[in-house]
Amino acid sequence: MRRYLLNRLWQSAVTLVLATIVVFAGVRALPGDPALALAGEDRDPESLRAIRQQYGLDQSWLVQFWQFVSHAARGDLGQSIRTGTPVRSMILSALPVTIELSVLAILIASVIGVGAGVIAAVRRGRPAEWAANALALLGLSVPHFWLGLMAILYLSVALGLFPASGFVPFFSNPVANLHHLILPALILGTGLSAVIMRQTRSSMLDALSADYIRTAEAKGLPPKAVVGKHALRNSLIVVVTIVGLQLGALISGAVVTERIFALPGFGKLTVDAVFQRDYPVIQAVVLVTATSYIVINLLVDLLYSVIDPRIRVRGEA
Amino acid sequence: MKPVLAVKDLSVTFRTEDGPLSAVDRVSFDVGDGEVLAVVGESGCGKSVTAMSIAGLLPRTATVDGSVELDGTELIGADKRTLRSIRGREVAYIFQEPMTSLNPVFTVGHQIIEVLRTHIGLNRQAAHARAIELLKLVGIPSAERRVGDYPHQLSGGMRQRVMIAMAVACDPKVLIADEPTTALDVTIQAGILDVLRGLRERLGTSIVLITHDLGVVADLADRVAVMYAGRVVETADVHDLFAHPEHPYTVGLLRASPAAGRHADAQRLNEIPGLVPVLTEQPDACTFADRCPRALDTCTSSQPQLTDRPHRVACWNPVREPVEV
Amino acid sequence: MAVADVTDALTAAPLRSNRRRVVRRILHNPLALTGLAVLAIAVILAVFANWLAPHEPTQTHLDRAFAPPGTAGYLLGTDDLGRDVLSRIMFGLRASLHVGVLAVAFSLVVGVPLGLIAGYFRTVDALISRLTDLVLAFPFLILAVGLAAIRGASLGNAAIAIGIAQIPGMIRIVRSETLRIKSLDFVAAAIVEGASDAWVLGRHIFPNAGSAIIVQATVGIPAAILGEAVLSFLGLGIQPPAPSLGTMLADAQQFASRAPWAAVMPGVAIMLLTLAFNIVGDSLRDALDPKASRR
Repeated sequence: MRRYLLNRLWQSAVTLVLATIVVFAGVRALPGDPALALAGEDRDPESLRAIRQQYGLDQSWLVQFWQFVSHAARGDLGQSIRTGTPVRSMILSALPVTIELSVLAILIASVIGVGAGVIAAVRRGRPAEWAANALALLGLSVPHFWLGLMAILYLSVALGLFPASGFVPFFSNPVANLHHLILPALILGTGLSAVIMRQTRSSMLDALSADYIRTAEAKGLPPKAVVGKHALRNSLIVVVTIVGLQLGALISGAVVTERIFALPGFGKLTVDAVFQRDYPVIQAVVLVTATSYIVINLLVDLLYSVIDPRIRVRGEA
Repeated sequence: MKPVLAVKDLSVTFRTEDGPLSAVDRVSFDVGDGEVLAVVGESGCGKSVTAMSIAGLLPRTATVDGSVELDGTELIGADKRTLRSIRGREVAYIFQEPMTSLNPVFTVGHQIIEVLRTHIGLNRQAAHARAIELLKLVGIPSAERRVGDYPHQLSGGMRQRVMIAMAVACDPKVLIADEPTTALDVTIQAGILDVLRGLRERLGTSIVLITHDLGVVADLADRVAVMYAGRVVETADVHDLFAHPEHPYTVGLLRASPAAGRHADAQRLNEIPGLVPVLTEQPDACTFADRCPRALDTCTSSQPQLTDRPHRVACWNPVREPVEV
Repeated sequence: MAVADVTDALTAAPLRSNRRRVVRRILHNPLALTGLAVLAIAVILAVFANWLAPHEPTQTHLDRAFAPPGTAGYLLGTDDLGRDVLSRIMFGLRASLHVGVLAVAFSLVVGVPLGLIAGYFRTVDALISRLTDLVLAFPFLILAVGLAAIRGASLGNAAIAIGIAQIPGMIRIVRSETLRIKSLDFVAAAIVEGASDAWVLGRHIFPNAGSAIIVQATVGIPAAILGEAVLSFLGLGIQPPAPSLGTMLADAQQFASRAPWAAVMPGVAIMLLTLAFNIVGDSLRDALDPKASRR
């Protein structure tokens, strides 16, 4: 267990360093003089020199990289060249929205995905399995941003069931907050729930044909315990890793969903930054995303090892 | 004496992509109180399917006909609830693969406690104490500590002992052991057989021992039923069968086995030529005729029935003369 | 090469009968046939859009704006600029398929050799795993954002971003297939006999990993098509006025209450296309899976 942990930590650290180098190099790969790009419209020689100094562009690459890393580590991600606001505060105000949206989406997707996956596996060869499979296939194939458009068009605008856009912070009004987020979270969760459903179904089918299920049946356990405990516990170990692997898709999906529902989150920040060529913001957004991806995946792996006793407890045999 | 388990005309057919597949054809046998009946045969002869069908453990693709009476209660066609209350409580199973037959994500203690709580309704503490007792009963050292171990922390032999502890947790009338020693090292096999013998003596459990290993049969069984291609071809007292096998297939089986109480180097092992046939339907003929050195014309045109004597054999041309095996 | 020749003969026969079995299974699966038919229609519409489209996709007719579906000459209606929705969908399909094939081709060209190498030579396995982790740390949209910032938004850059994002999956599949095939007896025999690594990889492992690669590519295309739609919708992909299903949806969002068909039709087109690909991919996977018949 300890060796596994150390190994996993080491791998994550390597990936993080590589990711930082990629982001750093990406900014240097911007067309033309990075100072010009960073300056945006404000191009008098004075501010260009200030920018060169601020970003250390007059220094060697190694020094520049070190400055980039040490600034980032202290949370100093530069300033927006559009508004002059520190990028850190922009990100800190946008992140809670995205985190809440993603957590809600994962919850919804897990409930739907695991439920439908179990039903499909248990009701093998019956209409219920057929329906669950068809829904999963649809969920994988439908462009979820289009589904979002349709939901706004028909559920929000025509029927007035949900607000079409906007956001209310959770702590100022929890009910309104959920009311605003439930539809985006459902939409964001569709693709993920399809993936979870398929994975749950196939690992449940594997589990249900395992010898230990035959043992559980031979013990006279009720179906609830055979399926809900013995089979599900084993399949969920696999499902957890799949959810971890879907994190990238979830982040991408969140960007689009926020765009459609006009949520003031991380995704909106990202897209706006690209169109405004706000390079410090783009750089920070990419770095923060990569870092969170690596950290969350590490956590998922640790969770995985906690759930699975074969990793948690070393065998003596 | 009335048998504990009476199997009569049991037939099993599987629905497959290529049509129906007959796995077991009108198998009958009785198991008395405290008796060990060995069911032997090559792989694919239907012995495991027979075992699984007793408590309704076959998949939905199987059709089971005939009768299985446990202490006078009919099990074939019984509803699921009845079957569940019998499984683990009155009929318990031990399987071949101790590696995979235990659930890897629960402790062995938990898996034993589960049976106790389901069938006897013991509370947590009582079930825990009983689980430790059971582990001691099957000879697991430092059972108090082992009860909290996960299956992967135990050796194959220990895992099989856990399986046995789980099976006898509710003191079942019949224990069905499906190749209980096949996956284990020879040195460990003996220990497991000792445990089974001890259980029979101490608890008086009847045992149906499914195996292809005649050494195990000689070690443990009182009576033997020899199966071939889904049919019982010979059944007799274990000493009688080893001394005077009458079915040519049994003779072949004994000659192909190195154990069974004779010197391994006394004679070259003989294999029986050919393979067990896969049957889509049961023919009105002896299914062994193709491989039989003693086949007559009758053998391919009419199915021999089991004779009605203590030593029963289904053969048109049984071996009556003493054979050297 | 004596051993290799014999083993070739031994493995070739089951492979050939496998292929026949796969074709038979697909031909006996009505769902798979439907998927294939939809794909065939989509490809024909896309490839021959120049001849089949009733109107010029970028031609605006402000006097015919917001014509509902069924209007004479405009089967699926027109948009805010009076452009024919059906014609734009046909050209949009062309862009979708273009990006889908381009992205998957990119992931194949990079991912297959890396996967083979990672599975075959254990020494570089860890290195390639780290690189895969690195790529995974940049979700495809973030990659696309970065690429668009550096190189500008275009169909080609969208395809590259999507292709890069698909490389880790391709590497993983090819690597695990390589590991599996490498341990098979006939490959082990060839290695023991002293066959060169290139020979073993090219002659034994690559052909036998083929079916897994085909399945992965088949499910990669619809994912890439969805990715392109997302990027174009955000303005990071194909640039207007060139028709793309994603940009059509982005435009239609502005006037969706007035002309819902302009928002509904392109989405349905994307869905049918990706659904057809996913169905064919699934059927292919099932047909190739020897366990499928048991299940």
